[in-house]
Amino acid sequence: METNREPLIRVRDFSLWASSVRILNRLALDVEPNEILGIIGPSGSGKTSFLRCLNRLIDLVPGYRSEGEIVFGGRTILGPDVNVVELRRKMGMVFAIPVPLPRSIFENVVFGARLSGVRGRRTRLDLAEESLRRAGLWDEVRERLDESALNLSGGQQQRLCIARILALKPEVILLDEPTSGLDPISTHKIEESLRKLRAAYTIILVTNNVKQAARVADRTAFFLSGELVEIGPTARIFTAPEDPRTNDYISGRFG
Amino acid sequence: MTRLERNDRLIRLGLLMIAFSAVSILIVITLFIFSEGTPIMFKYGPGRFLFGLDWYPSEKAFGLLPMIVGSFFVTAGALLVGVPMGLACAIVLTQFASKRVGRILKPVIELLAGIPSVVYGFIGIVVIVPLIRENLGGPGLSVLAASLVLGVMILPTVISISIDAFQAVPPTYREGSIALGATVWQTIRMVMFPAARSGIVAAVILGMGRAIGETMAVIMIAGNAAAIPGSPLAPVRTLTSNIALEMGYASGEHREALFATGVILFVIIMALNILANWTSARRKR
Repeated sequence: METNREPLIRVRDFSLWASSVRILNRLALDVEPNEILGIIGPSGSGKTSFLRCLNRLIDLVPGYRSEGEIVFGGRTILGPDVNVVELRRKMGMVFAIPVPLPRSIFENVVFGARLSGVRGRRTRLDLAEESLRRAGLWDEVRERLDESALNLSGGQQQRLCIARILALKPEVILLDEPTSGLDPISTHKIEESLRKLRAAYTIILVTNNVKQAARVADRTAFFLSGELVEIGPTARIFTAPEDPRTNDYISGRFG
Repeated sequence: MTRLERNDRLIRLGLLMIAFSAVSILIVITLFIFSEGTPIMFKYGPGRFLFGLDWYPSEKAFGLLPMIVGSFFVTAGALLVGVPMGLACAIVLTQFASKRVGRILKPVIELLAGIPSVVYGFIGIVVIVPLIRENLGGPGLSVLAASLVLGVMILPTVISISIDAFQAVPPTYREGSIALGATVWQTIRMVMFPAARSGIVAAVILGMGRAIGETMAVIMIAGNAAAIPGSPLAPVRTLTSNIALEMGYASGEHREALFATGVILFVIIMALNILANWTSARRKR
């Protein structure tokens, strides 16, 4: 079934080099609006680098060079003319290690919004409440918004980081192994939040945990050594993968 | 006990004694300064030393207030010059500069610390003092001249300690902030500065200690008049200059009064060091 509808993100022939080492090799994939795309693959397969290309965080490290195209919402995101600040607001990123800033819970949530010009304490409070509710953290922190965010548990910190992204009203949420440092219960809570968030956002979830992709992703992509081996509906990838390498990886018989 | 074991013990004992002699030198110096300087302070009353305005040692007027104020002005001026410059350097080196630029800049800054202070004083006399005299008026030898030169002299201290402070901030803070759509400058202002604050405070305090203690360059360019300066263009005498200028010929109570100057200086510098240690200890927690 072919449609002419433009995908939200279109990646074509995209390669990335770090000095002379090729990290990503001619990727081609689409991300549809309001889906959760899971990206799995062994470490070093380029999953995280790909994510960092999407919000241009890769710019922080000198020496990278890319080729090909990434189009987001009809416009290219590569090249020097792109407004990266705006791009990063539209593509919120959550890291493997939760990184709350050394400020209060409230200040963390509205940090990005404040920078983008949201004024007035009342407005910010409403924004903070809405974002924290969506991230499933409101009930746990409503009484202590002015406490330091560093006092929260790891799982709470990670949900705070999600809330912080939501306060920017992004279109896409990029998650880089968001639960790799968390216990199963915190992981479960985050996965719950992600399922609810799908209604309003497009989510790209990089994970080392194959089962997590199976649980929450609508479609799953398998990366290996900088190449996209296979992408398709999660159910198919996990039951009838086309490529034997995919099968080996998800069944743990890899290498 | 074998011979090897005995040698080992002897060497350990020897090293221990050397280590302790360094500490005991500090103790001896402290005791010496205090025993020479405090009796006269109590003889005439500490108030006359701390708040007296006149310094005529031959007439038993031992007012150190002009020198205390002088040290304070010159140090404050040096911080006004050195801290913004030093922080700017540290920010460039840790946040913006490529590794290659850093490799050139950092050794150069460290070289600044290796220039003898008499050379700084010399440059002050031949370059800065005439500049001030011709363009702003006054004798040139002034608070302003001393502040400018001291400001440069404290740069290595301020820079290297604030670089440490910025580098101690986890890189994830920076990434997290930038991923939220902050610009690099917003990240520095709103994330890096608060996170590095205690280290920056320590850098400022140690720079302050360096400025208060500096003697040679200050003597050469500050003018050394023992009176409270009325403007930044007026000459000034600091506590350190007071000692160095007069120690050569002082005797009797005059000499003791110079030791009293040393006591005051010693207390100020100790307090600053303790403050610096305390702030950087708080950072580690």
